[in-house]
Order: sequence, then structure tokens, then C-alpha cells
Amino acid sequence: MSFNSFSEFLAMDGHGLYVWLSYAIAATIVTINLVSPLLRKKQLKAELLRRLRREKKAV
Amino acid sequence: MADTLTKEPDYSAGRSVGSLYWAVLRRELLLFFRRRSDLLNPLVFFLLVASLFPLGVSPDPTFLAQVAPGVVWVAALLSTLLSMDGLFRSDFDDGTLEQTLLSPQPMFVVGLAKVSAHWIMTGLPLTLLAPLIAVMLFLPADGMAGLVLTLLLGTPTLSLIGAIGAALTVGLRKGGVLLSLLVLPLYVPVLIFGSSAVQAAINGLPVSGHLALLGAMLALGVVMAPLAIGAALRISVSG
Amino acid sequence: MSGQKKWMPRWFYQLASPRWCYDITGKLLPGFVIAALLLLGVGTVWALLFAPADYQQGNSFRIIYIHVPAAILAQSCYMMMAVAGAIGLIWKMKVADMVAKSCAPIGVSVALLALATGAIWGKPTWGSWWVWDARLTSMLILLFLYLGVIALHSAIENEVTAAQSAAVLSLVGLVNIPIIKYSVEWWNTLHQPATFTLTERPAMPAEMWVPLLVMVIGFYCFFAVSLMLRIRNEILHRERRAGWVRQMIGGE
Repeated sequence: MSFNSFSEFLAMDGHGLYVWLSYAIAATIVTINLVSPLLRKKQLKAELLRRLRREKKAV
Repeated sequence: MADTLTKEPDYSAGRSVGSLYWAVLRRELLLFFRRRSDLLNPLVFFLLVASLFPLGVSPDPTFLAQVAPGVVWVAALLSTLLSMDGLFRSDFDDGTLEQTLLSPQPMFVVGLAKVSAHWIMTGLPLTLLAPLIAVMLFLPADGMAGLVLTLLLGTPTLSLIGAIGAALTVGLRKGGVLLSLLVLPLYVPVLIFGSSAVQAAINGLPVSGHLALLGAMLALGVVMAPLAIGAALRISVSG
Repeated sequence: MSGQKKWMPRWFYQLASPRWCYDITGKLLPGFVIAALLLLGVGTVWALLFAPADYQQGNSFRIIYIHVPAAILAQSCYMMMAVAGAIGLIWKMKVADMVAKSCAPIGVSVALLALATGAIWGKPTWGSWWVWDARLTSMLILLFLYLGVIALHSAIENEVTAAQSAAVLSLVGLVNIPIIKYSVEWWNTLHQPATFTLTERPAMPAEMWVPLLVMVIGFYCFFAVSLMLRIRNEILHRERRAGWVRQMIGGE
């Protein structure tokens, strides 16, 4: 453990802003890259289902 | 005109790849001469861009002398890029390109000949005009030979790389901006070695190393770029 | 077909089948999700809490655990995109085109991450938000190459032509990347001699590089997960008229 207290951990010896900003950007980008394909999948499935239902009605 | 590109190669009569190259080159040069404004526009653009720097930054001779190699190189690069867009456009529009692709002529040679013609009509005049701009930007006299030599070796590479982009975007209506987006990042090494060679010449350092690197890039471009141009044209025309 | 000589192993032909790909990625996904979560979680905690601070840069050194994996991933992602594009060009394999298309947005975001963390790291180290450091400049040009491929792909309406054109462009870029890297490094030493580079250290002690390695592998696993999710979407979209997709959607 490199830090003695939680406030020391947050401050990072005055470099807190830089470190936490970097990690926050990383977390955002990783999350976007996982969530956006999942949302797209949901949308694709809904579209396909709608198309299937429409075709069933038409028959 | 178009039949040099599209007719069956008559190998029995001693027609070879070399004669195809010369035939296409002659055709392209002739076409260029008929549209003289196309010839002049990149040169005017070159002069214009270069004269924007003293206006936009500072007319101070010592400052201009410092940035001159970079400014001349960037201006040359941009005007090459500007002229690139039309390289395959007219042939694409009138169907010559499609006929050429259907004919048994090797696309490698046709592409190389077209790029050569393009360089003779833009890169070479740019190189010859560069000393004039260099004088206006107070480039030290020691750098002049270096500038002309690097442009002579560098602009053909620019034409070759640009032609790949032109071939990829020929079928698109708004290819111009896209073309610069595709091609400019690929121009970075040529720009770096070209302008730093001029800088080295000004500082009295030997430039043979830089010229060798530019030559190596040109050699690589001559071998590889026509392959990519041929493939890109085939894709653009069929799509 | 049975009499014909097969040039490639069987799995290579199976890869060409969208349905087989959809099934296999479905089986592989959970493993990679667990691995990515585990490695990234352990790596982050290790990097932030347990790794020692650098004697010169202090705690801002902890940014390396994001910056380096992102930079490595951005480069290998470009390579993967170009190779997949080449396979698509040569064997006319639809799945390879989908892989190449799915690589591009991930590559852009990781390249952006590497640039952003590099710039943030530059502030405490060099005193300014941007320095024309060789690595950062190469990364910037790599980002431009990615954006070019994406722009070309989206400018062409026909999906097949778009994939082929983007593949040619990414291959041209792949040939150029070493030249660009070399020229930028050379240019950098010319203009800024003896600047202090961010990541090149003579010898990193084990307590520093082991968490870095964990993060690198974690980022690769995350890349695999995101890529597979995107490929599955592409397959669903392009095979939406195929029987197996209809059955699967309708059965749920």
C-alpha cells in the first residue's frame, strides 16, 4: 500500500487531478465501447421482431 | 484517343508494357495541354498559399527565413493534393476507365503512366517555381539547391500516394474533402524529410542522407502505389 | 467440394460462415467478459493503490497504467483492421469485412484515450497540456489514419464496395505506419534533443511492470469483448433475412 490515508490517496501528492481525470476518461471510454454495442443489439432485435410480426400479419 | 487504353495489346508487333506506358503518358500529356487552366491552377494556388504566411504571421525577413522550408513544402504538398482530385475523374465520367479495366491492359502500367503525366504537369512546374517563392520568403541561398532537389524527389512520391486516394474516391460525388482526409496523414514522412533536408542544407550540414531517404520512399512508392491504385480503381468502378 | 483440395484448415472456412461465427462468439463472450473485468479490476486497484510512485514523476506516473495499454491497443487494433481487410479482399469473406469495420470505432476511441492521457500526463511532467512528443505525434497521426478509414467507409453506400475500399486504404496505412513512426521519431530528436520521454525507462522494477502487464492483457480482453459484441450486431444486421436469424429472434 503506497498511501497512509484515504485523503492522501485522493490527493495523490497534488497530482490527484491528473491521475483521477485520466482514470475517469478511461472508464468512460471503456463503458461507452461496451454499452453502445449492447444498445445497438437491443435496437436491432426490436427491429427484427417488428418485421417478423408484420410479416405474420400479412400472411 | 481512348483506344490506346482499351484496344487489345498487339504483342506480336513488338508492343510491350513499355510502349503501353509511353502511349498512355503521351495521351495524358496531350489531354493536359488541351486543358491549360488545369495546369495553371495548382501553380497559382502554390503562390497564393505561400504568400498567405507573410500576410498572416509576419513579414519579418529573419522569421520568414526560418519558416521558409516548411512553408514551401506545405504549400507544394497542398497544391499537389488539390490537383489530385481530377486525376481519374474525367476518365471515370466518360467511361474510359471502365473500358480500360475491362481491357487486358495491366492496370499497374496505366496507373503509373497517369501518375507520371500528372507529376510532369504539376510536380515538375511546382519544383521549378519553388525558388521564386523561396526568394520571396528570404530562404538563405545555401538552401536553394536542397529545396529544388528535395522537391524533385519528394513530389513524385506525393503524386503516387495522392493517386491512391484519388482512385479510392473517384466514384464519390464529394470526393475532394474526403481525399485530403485520406491522403494528408500519409504525406507526413515526405514533409518531414523534405523540409528538414532544406533546413540541414541551410545549416551547412550534408543532405545526402535525407535525399537517400526521400529516394527510398519514392522507390517504395513506385513499386507499391500502382498496385494499390489498380486495386482501388477496380473497386471504385465496380461498386 | 469433397474432391477439391483444401488450402486452408477447416476453421478458416468455418470463420467464413456468419452463423458459425455468431455461435462461437456467443460461447467465447462470457469467458472474455470475466477475464476483462477481473484483469482490469485487479490492474486498476494495483496501479492506484499498491504500485510505488515514481521517484521523478511522483504519483502522476500512475497514468502509465492507462496510457501505455491504450497506445498498444490502438496500434494492434489498426493492424487487426488491416489484416482483416486484406482477408476480406482476397477471400471475399463477409465476416472479415465485418471484423475490419468493427475494429475502426474501437481503435478511434482507444487512440483518443491514449492521446488524452498523454496530454494530461504532460501537464505535471512537462508543464503544458500538449507537447509535440514523438509518441504523442505518432498517435495523433494514427488517429487521423483511423478517421480517414471511417470517413471513406461511411462515404460509400454499397456495403461491399465500402469494405473493399476501406481495406485498401487501411493496408496502405499499414505499410506507412512504420515509415511515419520512424520519421516522427527522427524529426523529434532533431527539434527537441534530450527531452524526457514519458514511457521509456531504463529498467522498470517488477512492482511497476507487473501491474502494467495485467492492464495490457486486460485491455486486450476488453477489446475482444467489444469487438465480438460489434461483430454479432453486424451479423444480425446483415443476415436479417436469413432463416436462422429469424428463427432465433422469433423463438425468443
